[in-house]
Amino acid sequence: MKWVSPWRLRRMGILGMNCRNRDFIGSYNARSLFPLVDNKLKTKLLAEEFEVATPRLFFVISAQHEIAAIDEKLAGLEGFAVKPAKGSGGKGILVIVGRRGDKFIKASGAEITIDDIRRHMSNALAGLYSLGGKPDVVLVEDLIQFDDAFQGYSHEGVPDIRIIVFKGYPVMAMLRLATHVSDGKANLHQGAVGVGLDIATGHALRAVQFSKPVTHHPDTGRPLNEIKISNWRDMLLLASRCFEMTGLGYIGTDIVLDKTRGAQLLELNARPGLAIQVANGRGLLPRLRHVETLKPRAHRSPDARVDYAMKNFGVDGI
Amino acid sequence: MKKPSKAPFYSIVAGLIVLGLVTAWLRHTTMDIPFFAGDHRAVWMIEARVDFVANGDEVTVNLGLPYDPPGFRTFSELAASPGYGWSVIEENQTRRGEWTKREAQGAQTLYYKAQFVGGLYASETLTEAPPVRSVEWDGPQATASSQLLEQALSLSSSPKSLARELLKLINDTSPDQNASLMLAGEPDKANLLEKLLRQAGIPARIALGLYLEDARRHQSLTRMVEVYDDGQWVLFNPYTGAQGLPDNLLLWHRGDSSLIDVIGGSRSRISFSMIYQTVPALELAGAQATDSIFSIIGVHRLPIEEQGMFKLLFLLPLGALVVVFMRVIVGLKTSGTFMPILIALAFLQTSLLLGLFSFIAVVAFGLVLRTYLSRLNLLLISRIATLVVLVIFIISVLSLVGYQMGLNTGMTITFFPMIIIAWTIERMSILWEEEGPKEVFVQGGGSLLVAVLAYLMMQLPAIGHLTFNFPELNLVALALIMMMGQYTGYKLSELRRFRAMVENDASVDNKG
Repeated sequence: MKWVSPWRLRRMGILGMNCRNRDFIGSYNARSLFPLVDNKLKTKLLAEEFEVATPRLFFVISAQHEIAAIDEKLAGLEGFAVKPAKGSGGKGILVIVGRRGDKFIKASGAEITIDDIRRHMSNALAGLYSLGGKPDVVLVEDLIQFDDAFQGYSHEGVPDIRIIVFKGYPVMAMLRLATHVSDGKANLHQGAVGVGLDIATGHALRAVQFSKPVTHHPDTGRPLNEIKISNWRDMLLLASRCFEMTGLGYIGTDIVLDKTRGAQLLELNARPGLAIQVANGRGLLPRLRHVETLKPRAHRSPDARVDYAMKNFGVDGI
Repeated sequence: MKKPSKAPFYSIVAGLIVLGLVTAWLRHTTMDIPFFAGDHRAVWMIEARVDFVANGDEVTVNLGLPYDPPGFRTFSELAASPGYGWSVIEENQTRRGEWTKREAQGAQTLYYKAQFVGGLYASETLTEAPPVRSVEWDGPQATASSQLLEQALSLSSSPKSLARELLKLINDTSPDQNASLMLAGEPDKANLLEKLLRQAGIPARIALGLYLEDARRHQSLTRMVEVYDDGQWVLFNPYTGAQGLPDNLLLWHRGDSSLIDVIGGSRSRISFSMIYQTVPALELAGAQATDSIFSIIGVHRLPIEEQGMFKLLFLLPLGALVVVFMRVIVGLKTSGTFMPILIALAFLQTSLLLGLFSFIAVVAFGLVLRTYLSRLNLLLISRIATLVVLVIFIISVLSLVGYQMGLNTGMTITFFPMIIIAWTIERMSILWEEEGPKEVFVQGGGSLLVAVLAYLMMQLPAIGHLTFNFPELNLVALALIMMMGQYTGYKLSELRRFRAMVENDASVDNKG
């Protein structure tokens, strides 16, 4: 049992949950804007409107009776992802990477039947995965063919890049790598590896799994400190543009790097978690407070904001 | 973004705390509601016994009763006298009890019992001086009294000091000639003092006081003299010369009217017995007249059944306070935000161990059934509904088994909110599938821990007493909840959660 003194955490600038909820989510995220990010369908339509790249939507299921006919709709699709529109924290996401006869192959390699998919969709429609159990709709969208750069880094799942965007400035980033224990999911508390990324360069800073530092991927054994994200600036730009798109001051953007289509917005989160600080080995607060001191119209364009962030929030910066 | 000023918020919080505490204090002082459940008040139970011999005709017995005696409050009274009609007549700042009977023969005994709460601050003010009746003395006494008064007047400045000086003269171990003469004519010192004062033009009256002493029987009343001075009656003991009202003296009868009138009887006697009792202070408060505006806030006027409901209802804010504390300050994970309060309320109805056991049993059994349900591939809504029905069955079976085993508390398991249990089972089951059993134990354990803590708080007799009798104290709980809503510091759990960063820091330090 080891504890840290609250004064030490404060000195390190660690953002705590109460502070995040009140000073940032409460102060900068208007409640009325939450549905934009809590509903993946709305996010997607918004992203298309703002020409923000996002995985292609195949179709939407919004009523139980449509589920009977999904085998026809899925007929031409080799790989796809089933997502409840109001799911949070990766709940209810089913990723099918291929087929074997009648069976579908999950990202983890397990085989499931069309009936399993039907049941999953039915549960999702009834609101099993949504906040407060409200009825939901189901999105079926294109699978990400992740970039070869990540080959060997993500086990049984798509690696994604979480960038915290505050008032349009990308302030902290991490790469999330699925592992066998995380069951192909990219959630840190489920055992995914988090790799802190330098905002200035997109190079790996350090990596953690279950809050403990790791140097190599636990499943593939590849050294994590060699990671560097190509087209890093495009990533930051995509994340930064989400501020104009949603109007939310404090958001977490989840971005994936597709082999052919480049950086794509996977989803947005109005209540991004705090584990990114552990992955980066530093606290968010100094950067957030710094952005708060900037003049409201200091950097109007996403480009200017990204440049400012790359200059100031690098590993040797704030 | 500019930070809004915190002043209005803190003034609201401070206002709520002050409002809650002040209202509670005012209600405590004006209505005498005790702050502690076990508080007992000293009460004097006094029994007046009237004996007389009836002549066989109609009988009316009229007894002077205490009217708002200074330093005391009447708590209850009753007259126990078989065959007699009884009523209390209240007029002109006097109270008289009247026993009546059409026909009575032989020795009769009537009882009047009353309880008095003592130890109150005695104060009364009169607006105008009562009229003074003139005094008639016999020849020699008239001269002696004038001289006596002259002597005392020269040494005094006010009615009070005059009475003191007169008492000194009367009570002297070797009284002078005038005093001896007066005492010879009027052996009762109380009467003598009253008459002398009246002669001096000062309003004075006889008061009959009862010295209170535990378990005394056949006490009689002591004659005292009240002297009007500057809007107040000042009491003197004519035998000792002591001024003021002693704590243990109850003024039973004041003024000129007779203490007891018996029509249709003779040889009447009155004697007093008394005992010292302790009565729960709350009972006292409840029994007292509730004219005070503060009594509106209290729920004592409601029917008992509603009161029982309020007893539970007023505990909820405290439960909410515990939940907020455990989640905001400690950072414990619970399944469902206010589920723990409902579990804790259920524990209040059962008992802690039995409640815990039945809750875990119901949820565990429900989880097993739920895994079978998932194979049936039902729609979510009907699955939850099925769970609700199953939970009712599980609870019924548990209750019946408990009853057969002789645990009569088994039946009270039904107080658990079924629908919430059904949802809990569903959530736990999903949690189990998605995050593994560990998360189920973390959240389930967190809920139970918070529930147990809330229960331990709520079952404290002092807490139940305070929240029920001083519902306004919930404003203080509200203020605390609001204040915790402003807390942006670290949760206790985060001090552990982020320890990895410090460990890493340390290793870097060591290397560098």
